[in-house]
Amino acid sequence: MIAHVHHENINYLKASKGLKNWLITVDHKRIGMMYLASILFFFIAGGTFAGLFRFELWSPLKNFLTPDQYNQFFTLHGVIMVFLVVVPGIPAALGNFILPIQIGAKDLAFPKLNLTSLYLYWIGAAIALYSIVAGHADQGWTMYAPYSLSRNPAVLYMMIAAFILGFSSILTGLNFIVTMHNMRAPGMTWYRMPLFLWAMYATGIMQIFATPVLAITLILLLLENFFGIGIFDPALGGDPLLMQHFFWFYSHPAVYIIVVPGFGIASEIIAAFSKKDIFGYRFVAYSSVAIAIIGFVVWGHHMFVAGQSELADSIFSFLTFFTAVPSAIKVFNWTATLYKGSIDLKTPMLYALQFLFNFTIGGLTGIILAILSVDIHLHDTYFVVSHFHYVAMGSTMIAFIGGIHYWWPKMTGKMYNEKVGQIAAVLVFIGFNTTFFIQLIMGSQGSPRRYYHYQDQFQIHHQVSTIGFVILATGLFMALFNLIASFFNGSVAPANPWGAKTLEWQTDSPPPLYNFKETPVVTHGPYAFETEKA
Amino acid sequence: MDNSKTFWLPEKASTFVDIVDPAFDLFLWISIFFFGLIIILVTVFTVKYLRRRPNQLATAQITHNLTLELGWTIIPLIIVMGLFFLGMKGFLHMRVAPSGYMQVNVKAQKWSWSFEYPSGAVNDTLVVPVNTPVKLAMTSRDVLHSFYIAAFRTKADVVPNRWHALWFQATRTGIFPVQCTQYCGTNHSYMLTAVKVVEPEAYQEWLATASDPGKGKTPAEFGAILYQKRGCNACHTIDGSKAVGPSWKGIFGKQETTNVGMVSVDEAYLHESMMTPTAKVVTGFQPVMPTFQGVLSDREVAALVEFIKTLK
Repeated sequence: MIAHVHHENINYLKASKGLKNWLITVDHKRIGMMYLASILFFFIAGGTFAGLFRFELWSPLKNFLTPDQYNQFFTLHGVIMVFLVVVPGIPAALGNFILPIQIGAKDLAFPKLNLTSLYLYWIGAAIALYSIVAGHADQGWTMYAPYSLSRNPAVLYMMIAAFILGFSSILTGLNFIVTMHNMRAPGMTWYRMPLFLWAMYATGIMQIFATPVLAITLILLLLENFFGIGIFDPALGGDPLLMQHFFWFYSHPAVYIIVVPGFGIASEIIAAFSKKDIFGYRFVAYSSVAIAIIGFVVWGHHMFVAGQSELADSIFSFLTFFTAVPSAIKVFNWTATLYKGSIDLKTPMLYALQFLFNFTIGGLTGIILAILSVDIHLHDTYFVVSHFHYVAMGSTMIAFIGGIHYWWPKMTGKMYNEKVGQIAAVLVFIGFNTTFFIQLIMGSQGSPRRYYHYQDQFQIHHQVSTIGFVILATGLFMALFNLIASFFNGSVAPANPWGAKTLEWQTDSPPPLYNFKETPVVTHGPYAFETEKA
Repeated sequence: MDNSKTFWLPEKASTFVDIVDPAFDLFLWISIFFFGLIIILVTVFTVKYLRRRPNQLATAQITHNLTLELGWTIIPLIIVMGLFFLGMKGFLHMRVAPSGYMQVNVKAQKWSWSFEYPSGAVNDTLVVPVNTPVKLAMTSRDVLHSFYIAAFRTKADVVPNRWHALWFQATRTGIFPVQCTQYCGTNHSYMLTAVKVVEPEAYQEWLATASDPGKGKTPAEFGAILYQKRGCNACHTIDGSKAVGPSWKGIFGKQETTNVGMVSVDEAYLHESMMTPTAKVVTGFQPVMPTFQGVLSDREVAALVEFIKTLK
């Protein structure tokens, strides 16, 4: 028994050794770290494909890719980034690691289920990559019928991959929700939960309710493929618009599955680095849930020019505008949190502030796309591409990277080099905005997306965008090497390097196997910072 | 009126410009206001409340302010509801053609456009009279496409098995690009044509000629016109270079390897290849050509065959 107690107090990295012990672990922290490594791997892969087609677009003529290769590369970029990076990203990697510690629990409610979802993620990823590479898939991540159907069996494999990845997502969401309901430490009431957890809760709801639609779509595709029942394929009397409805019924909530976790991280970082309680905690918490709910009824705004009825278009536009309100509330609340704070511009805070900058642009460009008359002009142009990247990359990935820096000392027990981290963050900010702001102008000027060959007048825009990509990639690699270098020469991280108040900072860095030496008792809210004495 | 492009929006050439551009500009100013407000506040707070010594704490903990929070809930709500009605009003106008329009049927296929006039004229570019409402009834012969004229601020997807309509009224003469904006495979970005806006008299003149393009021409000359107008040139070259389909240069009389064995390229094979393109596909090419059954008349097929014969 004595040895056992001792064993529990060793940090989770040292608790057992060898690859096998990692692969069969049920420790949420190790699973989170394996997710983190996998997701970063795919992020680099997806980014590489983006780089290849960005350089191809340096001039409107052929540079080094054929049109088919260009089409395959933007498909690879989209599929990898959406299904393997931003959708699972924050919940699977940081959520897994941080969530149980933030509520003062030993692990998630179902640790073995958690490991299962990691394996499902790996299997799904393997099938997705196989289908794209072996099938020369070039249908884009949106897989619109009937073009995508002509690429069979690639699209069928891709749906199977999405289905398996979907299960991984559902199991993670379910695990999180059950854990938050049942395993909060004594005194951890709902309104004492950090806002990251409210975001994880809202994300969990969306994962559980939206993802099964993928399974329905897959079954319908199988029926069409093997029994010739016309569902989506016009050649069989099916309706290609139906596939768009199914696709967006999942994929629109997926956009919020992507961005809501980013809100959570931004709230944590802004509170910790201004030593302030989040202004309007309840409004911020409720607005995550509100976005999750409204997110289910706006999918039709992807189809304003697709041929659905004018009435449906109008209803979807009306509902879409409501998502703007909780988003606006959050931006104002974060800004107000800075007021009278003690603001420290450390690396995570630099990412949180650029998240705020990018998300404001991402949100505002989303509103203009919801204006029906204007959307007719902007639909399927680079304006939409840019808007989406301001949300998925500029908001979610930036928050994700900020979160990795914020929790790095906790996860690894090492401090990274602060100066290098800050320089990388500034490069990422400049690079990202150089890449994507110009795409807003290119789009509103009428340049369609997914174009290998473009009008000469857009060459300068593409070149600026490509230069931006180089700066962005430089910043990202600098950040990555800085983090990796900390394993070798980083100083030992204290338990609470940022002076934050949430529970994960009240235990060792890295945490012991079961997170806390004794079950913590919570007596105050998550951001109970003191005030300067007058 | 200045019709040239602005910093954000392209050149102007239809009545929809008066709907889309003011809405865009209005929201642009709203965006600049709110974005500016947020950035100024964040900058001022960051500079003013920057941590200047270690362990410095906040000077106040303000957890909430109901009036302020309700304010920034209700004001954005009012603004977006206004934007919704503005957008819907313009949208319904843009989607419902006024009476007295002139109709052109549009058929899209990988990777060309075909415009069919009630007079029987068929053309690969869209020719329309200025200041006249034109309704396009559009369908696709293969996959999804989307018809987009940036200068007109209008766009609609073109869907197989459906007729999807849009309308517009051009406000000045000129030639404006038409682009496909729904991804449709290899040559998606080359699926370009133009809309040519002309004076009504010039339009009538053009229509008369276009309605009988074979008039006074030899079959081979007529075939050369059809090669352009029916979009054959999107996939078949006449200079021997390889494209999506085999080049027509020197093809007549040749022996070709196909998926069902050797065939000799004669009148019968060419006719079959236009009506049932996937029957005998030349090795090295994908079976992607759509059928022209019901699209090309016997006379037109014969003219194309005669044209191909001349390409030695």
